[in-house]
Amino acid sequence: MSTQESGPFLSVRDLRVHFPTDDGVVKAVDGLSFDVWRGKTLGIVGESGSGKSVANQAVLGLHNPKHTRISGEIHLEDQELTTAPERRLEQLRGNKVAMIFQDPLTALSPYYTVGRQIGEPFRKHRGASRKEARERTIDMLARVGIPHPARRVDDYPHQFSGGMRQRAMIAMALMCDPDLLIADEPTTALDVTVQAQILDLLMELQQEFGSAIIMITHDLGVVSRVSDDVLVMYAGRAVERGTAREVLGRPRHPYTWGLLSSMPRLRGDVGRDLVPIAGTPPSLLAPPPGCPFEPRCAFSDHVADPVDCATDRPALPEERGAACHLTAEQKRTIFAERIRPRLR
Amino acid sequence: MTSGTLSKDGATEGPGGSGAGAGTPLMTVRDLTKHFPVRAGFPFKRTVGAVRAVDGVDFTVHEGESFGLVGESGCGKSTTGRLLARLIDPTAGTISYRDRDITHAGRKEMAPIRSEIQMIFQDPYSSLNPRQTVGTIIRGPMEINGIDPPGGREARVRELLETVGLNPEHYNRFPHEFSGGQRQRIGVARALALEPKLIIADEPVSALDVSIQAQVVNLLKGVQRDLGIAFLFIAHDLAVVRHFSQRIAVMYLGRIVEVGERADIYERPRHPYTHALLSAVPEVDTGDTDAAGQGDAAPARERIRLQGDVPSPTDPPSGCRFRTRCWKAQQRCAAETPPLIRIGGNAEGHLTACHFPEEGTTLAH
Repeated sequence: MSTQESGPFLSVRDLRVHFPTDDGVVKAVDGLSFDVWRGKTLGIVGESGSGKSVANQAVLGLHNPKHTRISGEIHLEDQELTTAPERRLEQLRGNKVAMIFQDPLTALSPYYTVGRQIGEPFRKHRGASRKEARERTIDMLARVGIPHPARRVDDYPHQFSGGMRQRAMIAMALMCDPDLLIADEPTTALDVTVQAQILDLLMELQQEFGSAIIMITHDLGVVSRVSDDVLVMYAGRAVERGTAREVLGRPRHPYTWGLLSSMPRLRGDVGRDLVPIAGTPPSLLAPPPGCPFEPRCAFSDHVADPVDCATDRPALPEERGAACHLTAEQKRTIFAERIRPRLR
Repeated sequence: MTSGTLSKDGATEGPGGSGAGAGTPLMTVRDLTKHFPVRAGFPFKRTVGAVRAVDGVDFTVHEGESFGLVGESGCGKSTTGRLLARLIDPTAGTISYRDRDITHAGRKEMAPIRSEIQMIFQDPYSSLNPRQTVGTIIRGPMEINGIDPPGGREARVRELLETVGLNPEHYNRFPHEFSGGQRQRIGVARALALEPKLIIADEPVSALDVSIQAQVVNLLKGVQRDLGIAFLFIAHDLAVVRHFSQRIAVMYLGRIVEVGERADIYERPRHPYTHALLSAVPEVDTGDTDAAGQGDAAPARERIRLQGDVPSPTDPPSGCRFRTRCWKAQQRCAAETPPLIRIGGNAEGHLTACHFPEEGTTLAH
């Protein structure tokens, strides 16, 4: 693609989001870098507390600056967002960059009609009249598959079902043809049949409008279905990245192996127990000095001296690969011989 | 509508009725129905309708088996669980426990049975009293039932903590000192305190992260296998249920649409809804091109896209309830309710409620 030569649409470098608290500084995101390309979907996977949502809220400048310390760089095309004034960010939100939240019932105000809320970004950013906004809202509602949009536009959120509310959220996000859509667990609260509808819809709309999408989720199945590229996060850092095929088909980080082996499947052997990851994620108040996954890692003893996983922090290669001290050969053979058989 | 069908449930007909799930029936429900009244009007609220949460459900949980109940939100699976635990009273139908009808059993009559039926809840945060220590929480059921295990209650609590993989020294800690997965283990220990025969687990792992979820699934599997406790495992996650349950019932809008052994449901489903549900689950594509060993991987499932939402349970469609979203629906589906029976081609104990069943494989050719 020719747009690829002009560089990524969104580029995040060494992002740190720290929250000072009475107990110390919570390092929710601690040195995160990633790129998002036009027309492509980046899946960000991780468990609760891995920093995936916090990092993306920082992109939109949604953290309260009084309680947050943000450093690093966030480049949206040629703009630097970490130092951008609030007014600039306001111009971006809902316009060039839009966000879809997990819970559409809390993200929509119960006091206003669905139509008025969806039309708001269009009126604000495009200076459209009430009438124009209403017309576009009806078009958009039809586009995301809401039946009788001309009538439903005057409904309140409580009159919509869960799936319809999420569709309304997507309609709102798409009102100004955003170049980047950040979807934070957009289907987690939905039933599987509705989830399938929403994921299909997002993919169709991406084809049509060519937006870049960041899909934040804990569900590897969702990532597999929609992503071009995948970033795996653990304890505020990226531990593995690559194309979806690489990360899910030939994972190289012990944490990714753990996620895949602990996931129940719809096919294959059920006689065997799942293989969970031992222990729990580290405290973000005092993350381990070395590899954050070391306390739970089953393979750290394979790493040859003088490297010590507990004290030496492994770097994540640019482009693709895993932040792990195992050699490339070890990663390949351990996955092929010990991990892959579990996934059958 | 589904009454008078006692003989239709092949799986419950005496020994040898079905494969792995065969055994002594522990809990049997017949035509179980729960309608929640909808009231409106001022000042005298009148009943204007009913949410038909559970509407004629039949099944049997055998001793020591894990019976899974899957379905999407609002299908009535949790209400069914609460009915079985006798936390709410059914509108109609019968519940029998070991051949005793307990449908309308009073407090006194239920007392000896209560200790044999325990529950595990979804939310490990709200299901533990934050002001009680772990020891007090787990000891609670023993105190209420006046049970004094040999060696004393405290020793038993320590033993239980060990069984569920917690440090027995943490006896005096409070729930907030534990993580979500550990709290769920406390809930399991409490459920095990009275050595129950049946545990009703309502979405026990859905609030947990995947790596922690696997720990708790393995724990529950071990409990079921080693202690021989029967489970009614209620969940919306088809993959989790597949790992945990030997027999599974699929619910839709208050009714069971299909029930059978694990392989019947996951490999040879006949009901269109079961097909749609399975095909909607996003699976991880580990890439077949990668290694020769992947050649034996099953082909991808045929994708079925269901249109629209589940209809309201206050006014469910006539006949087959799935017909409004079913691609095979015909006139007959609106007129006649399909009975839950062993249709032609089904294995023993595999029952399907459909006039126009699918061929029986979810895999695309």
